Amino acid sequence: MGDRSMGCLMDWQGQMLAEQLMQIMISSFAVMAFLGGYALDSFEIMLLVYAGVVVLTSVITVFNWPFFNSHPLNWLPQGGCEASKARVLSEHKPKC
Amino acid sequence: MHSFGYRANALLTFSVTILALMCAIASLSDNLNSPSPTAQVQVLNINWFQKKPDGDDEVSMSLNVSSNLESLFTWNTKQVFVFVAAEYDTPKNSLNQVSLWDGIIPSKEQAKFSIHTTNKYRFIDEGSNLRGKEFNLTMHWHVMPKTGKMSADKLVMTGYRLPVTYR
Repeated sequence: MGDRSMGCLMDWQGQMLAEQLMQIMISSFAVMAFLGGYALDSFEIMLLVYAGVVVLTSVITVFNWPFFNSHPLNWLPQGGCEASKARVLSEHKPKC
Repeated sequence: MHSFGYRANALLTFSVTILALMCAIASLSDNLNSPSPTAQVQVLNINWFQKKPDGDDEVSMSLNVSSNLESLFTWNTKQVFVFVAAEYDTPKNSLNQVSLWDGIIPSKEQAKFSIHTTNKYRFIDEGSNLRGKEFNLTMHWHVMPKTGKMSADKLVMTGYRLPVTYR
């Protein structure tokens, strides 16, 4: 995985957000599914709602949506600071 | 949470763990239920009562089994297995139990029933001790859950007696 592909997928903040979102969504919806199934006296309803919740959460947190990439990383160019300075100077050379 | 596969794996593991937790709590919620089943068994008729060639007594009877097991069902009940057993003692064995009839109740709607039947399984003694024998008819039930621990209980009905002579 080169740094170009990492920059396009998910940044660190996004990864943390994805993990927290996944855990919070699944556990809170699981509580709701359990209470709903208990109130409606139906074990099947609880399992169906929970299955739907898991699918929904996986769509939201597993794929690389753009909102996970809102703090993109500024990687240094290849070669380090010296190479970047040299490149900048060479780009600004007056046209002869 | 670096890659697609990593996140998918984390989500799957977490969701299965939470599912196991939900099933455990559902099983524990069964303890909140306090059942109050009722049962009654009548011996309508002794059809025949013979001593078999190998020396064991055998009796065939018609029974009326009526019962209301609706309070045993919770949201976590898959089915209830119920059976009626004859219990008596002999000089050789302090307790003999012979299953006469059983059935499976798949839902609460079918848990209140009244059945007129001959004994589904043969009532054969180990020996020749049944003439004039006093016996109990016990209804046992096993509550089988959708998830969790199975529980069983019984109701003893006393006061039944077999005829003194073969017929």
